[in-house]
Amino acid sequence: MENELQLAWLLPVMPLIGFLLNGLGREYLSKTASGIIGSGVVFLSFLMSVYVFISVKNGNTHVAHYFNFINIESLKIGFDFQLDQLSSLFLLIITGVGFLIHVYSTSYMHDEEPRHFARYFAFLNLFIFSMLLLVMGANYVIMFMGWEGVGLCSYLLIGYWFRNNKFNDAARKAFVMNRIGDLGFLLALFWLVNKMGTVDFHDVFAGVSKLTVTDITGITLLMFIGAMGKSAQIPLYTWLPDAMAGPTPVSALIHAATMVTAGIYMIARSNILYTMAPVTQAVVAIIGLSTAILAATIALKQNDIKKVLAYSTVSQLGYMFLGLGVGAYTGAVFHVMTHAFFKALLFLGAGSVIHAMGGEQDIRNMGGLKRSMRITHITFLLGCLAIAGMPPFSGFFSKDEILGAAFAKNPVLWIIGVLGAMMTAFYMFRLYAMTFLGKFRGTDEQQHHLHESPRAMTIPLIILAILAVVGGWVGIPEAFMQGGHRLEAFLSPVFEQSNAITVKNELTHANEYLLMAISVVAALFALIFAWNRFKSYQKTERPQTGLDKVLGNKWYVDELYDAVIVKPMQSISKYFTNVVERKGIDGLVNSVGKAVNYSSRQIRLLQSGQVGVYVLLMVLAILILFIVQLFL
Amino acid sequence: MDKLSEWVTFPDLLIWLPLVAGLVSFTLRKEKQVKIWSLAISIIILVVSLTSLFYTNDHALNSAPWKWITSLGAGYTIGLDGLGRILTLLTAVAFPLIFGSTYRNTYKDSNVFHGLMLLTQAGLMGVFCTMDVLAFYFFWELALIPVYFLCSRWGGEKRIAATFKFFIYTFTGSLLMLVGIIYLYLQTGPVYDKVGTLMSQHSFSISSFYALHLTGHQQNWLFWLFFIAFAIKMPVFPFHTWQPDTYEQAPAAATMVLSGVMVKMGVFAVLRWLIPVFPLATIRFEYIVIGLSVFGMLYASLIAMRQDDLKRLVAYSSIAHIGLMCAAIFSISQVGMKGVMIQMFSHGINIIGMWIVVDQIEKQTGVRKISQLGGIAHRAPVLTLLLVVIALANIALPLTNAFTGEFMMFSGLFKFNIWFTAAAGLSIIFAAVYTLNMIQKVFYGETNLLTAGFREIGWQGMTVLSLIVTIIFVMGVFPQPVFDLTRDTVTAILTRFK
Repeated sequence: MENELQLAWLLPVMPLIGFLLNGLGREYLSKTASGIIGSGVVFLSFLMSVYVFISVKNGNTHVAHYFNFINIESLKIGFDFQLDQLSSLFLLIITGVGFLIHVYSTSYMHDEEPRHFARYFAFLNLFIFSMLLLVMGANYVIMFMGWEGVGLCSYLLIGYWFRNNKFNDAARKAFVMNRIGDLGFLLALFWLVNKMGTVDFHDVFAGVSKLTVTDITGITLLMFIGAMGKSAQIPLYTWLPDAMAGPTPVSALIHAATMVTAGIYMIARSNILYTMAPVTQAVVAIIGLSTAILAATIALKQNDIKKVLAYSTVSQLGYMFLGLGVGAYTGAVFHVMTHAFFKALLFLGAGSVIHAMGGEQDIRNMGGLKRSMRITHITFLLGCLAIAGMPPFSGFFSKDEILGAAFAKNPVLWIIGVLGAMMTAFYMFRLYAMTFLGKFRGTDEQQHHLHESPRAMTIPLIILAILAVVGGWVGIPEAFMQGGHRLEAFLSPVFEQSNAITVKNELTHANEYLLMAISVVAALFALIFAWNRFKSYQKTERPQTGLDKVLGNKWYVDELYDAVIVKPMQSISKYFTNVVERKGIDGLVNSVGKAVNYSSRQIRLLQSGQVGVYVLLMVLAILILFIVQLFL
Repeated sequence: MDKLSEWVTFPDLLIWLPLVAGLVSFTLRKEKQVKIWSLAISIIILVVSLTSLFYTNDHALNSAPWKWITSLGAGYTIGLDGLGRILTLLTAVAFPLIFGSTYRNTYKDSNVFHGLMLLTQAGLMGVFCTMDVLAFYFFWELALIPVYFLCSRWGGEKRIAATFKFFIYTFTGSLLMLVGIIYLYLQTGPVYDKVGTLMSQHSFSISSFYALHLTGHQQNWLFWLFFIAFAIKMPVFPFHTWQPDTYEQAPAAATMVLSGVMVKMGVFAVLRWLIPVFPLATIRFEYIVIGLSVFGMLYASLIAMRQDDLKRLVAYSSIAHIGLMCAAIFSISQVGMKGVMIQMFSHGINIIGMWIVVDQIEKQTGVRKISQLGGIAHRAPVLTLLLVVIALANIALPLTNAFTGEFMMFSGLFKFNIWFTAAAGLSIIFAAVYTLNMIQKVFYGETNLLTAGFREIGWQGMTVLSLIVTIIFVMGVFPQPVFDLTRDTVTAILTRFK
């Protein structure tokens, strides 16, 4: 019988149908109908993902070929899907977390008009479709289709409230910065096309020995530029905090749990290329770690609840890249998974808070919410513990796996990484304490309005909280439990090729315990410090120190880009328009035109109608011809 | 068709139908009559063109050479290869879309207007079908002359100045080409008939031009005579400044013809008449031509970012896109050429879609200034949706028709040189900047006095735009038929370089 995974095309088609139904029927559908369609199709995809996962777990991996996208002599690209361990794991995360966020949205977006409500779900479904395309593609071109598709959906959803021009600016910024990265990705693809004549994962990885070191380094660096854009790494990270302009569930789904991890997926998928390019690996590790630290410092001083989470996302993504850079591919993917749970939870929790506060996002105006929002409070706290890396919550396992691998590569990476982990614990508990502890600092009207969110919102929170707690238990380190790292065993076929050629410097168990103990104690120290300092926060007007100002203004990176890139480009554009185009080229053309006009006006005068003049001219001409004949 | 093809072939129909229909249209009196007549004829031509795609036998696609001016060795020899078929199809698709979307526009002397449009179509079809240089030159001019009249009579305020500029540019190009044609003609060998009597000293047929053995030195200067003529038409930097002015001033329907189809004449001519005839010079000058094209792409994109006029914005973005086609052709690679084939079609369809929306906005609000518009999405959500799809196709988002073409053209260019590709790639980013900026300023935000009364587009326009969007997605997902169709042409061109 044909492999049943051949039917995998149904997976992305479900949300596509949802997109079309909600998009085309937006004038006719009620909100309930839109919500059911939107969430329902994702749930169906989730069920299929579970099936795929079980099937893959039983050892059935499959590449499904559907039709030829491009088939010419020098290049063949098929419309193919690949179902294996890595893609099935991402499928579960995307459709599972995606479904919860869809359900949450039905309640969160309830104040929207029906047709905008339907538009919202249409875009959200389109996003799921693109994301599935991205992780299911069996070659880089299909991956790229999903890659740009998710960028588009992100653009559409950030600018969902399109009356507000500030939101539109944020949306545009996100798209353009992503496109800068996409150019890198595309150049890598052109390179592959020209050197290998194929972009199929299987063929590229199998024929990797045909590439020179320069080729591999070039290709991997260019792909990494793509990852920088999508996964918000230095220098292309500034769009992500601005992207918080979109509705909060969108931030949870796209800008925390799924889309921004596409860069990690891409590198994990191409792991053999990266393993063979040590230079690139070093670049990835350094950029990842620098981003992790930079974003963490900025998060220390932000007062917008979503901005703190946004910078925290950038920082956590940095950790994932650190993991990829030091060759801990499993660790990075593991962290993608746990991060999807706890960061989606934190964002949805923040959404619940914003909902209760009537749109307020400034944590200086919150405080004491734990009394009125018990479920939100408990789940948020669990999320904070998970991201801070407290055992036995999920973040602890994945983060320590990355840090351990970093230590094995170079202890300096580990030291800086632990420093970042301390900052993470600090800013997360600053956020927690300012939001939920102490006295309420908002207006009376807000206080009166405070309420726990409806069940459609709290149930996803509870499920995600459970996952954030237990999600790490699939990857218990060998030091604690023999065979405890079930995720590593599951993913091992994907990283087989890389593992075969890397030399593992295993840490001794004693060392591992020590490293974990240090990082946990350090984070715990930062946690308690933040808790004490902000548990009874009061608004005070104290003068800002220099560092406060620099961090508050995000190290002035936006201003720097404006001065170094945007402004000069505008002046070039102005120069081209006003000088080269108008005065240069057009000036030349117009003077030719004028010359023609002028000479025709003058020559016209010769036709005077007087026979005598004509005869004179004729004689003169004959004379000239005669002279010419005589001398030549 | 087999019996029929003894005396009429597809290319015959494609040329003569619009020519005759155009002449008939001059005699019609009522505006409505004229509009229905030209729309109906253009649909019939489309059917003919679509049918031709299913025929592969030579009889139906190539006419037997018919002696035109025997003593000069010029013939009416027409035929359709893959390149010809994709471009005649584009022409055949474009005109019903144009007539349909401008159905509600009113013109003074509607019969003359539509007659000239159909004559233009005949000229375009002729250019894409002919296999004889003299006939090519004839059709080239036949396509241009009606457009001069369309612009100078029905254009905007500054139409005379714009048409004059357009005329100077294209006429200069045509003259240079004519000189080149005559020189080459005199190099060709004599023509004999079946029994061996001498018919003429020289020949204008394509095969005799391809058979020429030109020295490198001859190619070096002849190349430029032809290249400049075609570069003006495409246009390639620095021969492009007629285009924004002309697009701005020409009536909407003429702008669509110019940008959707007529610029492809330049690209087509490069593929048919320039590089196969001068392969040595093509290789020799590829750095210069690709350099100009790539610089032009960045130049035009940067200028597009500053444009406040919607028409000029689309014009400059088109210059950038055409620059990529030119660069890809001169990279002389299979991937690049195939990309050009599909992109010629996609670009034509997409840009017509852009013009339809621009025309709609101008008709309703009376302005084209981006800074004066805003909030149209509230008033016309469907129009906005369709425009967004078309605009995104224009910047080559995957799963739209332009992605495949651009991907392959860039791949071809990469084979030539990585740095040129990287530089050209910047235009991908710039395109996103100016396109999204336009969408944001015109369609999003709050409505203002000008746009507060904006109405949704009428059913004719909506049908046309929906068709365009359908083509965008179908070709974006299934581009392969185009590659199959143009396989012969690309192989033939590339063998000239072996």
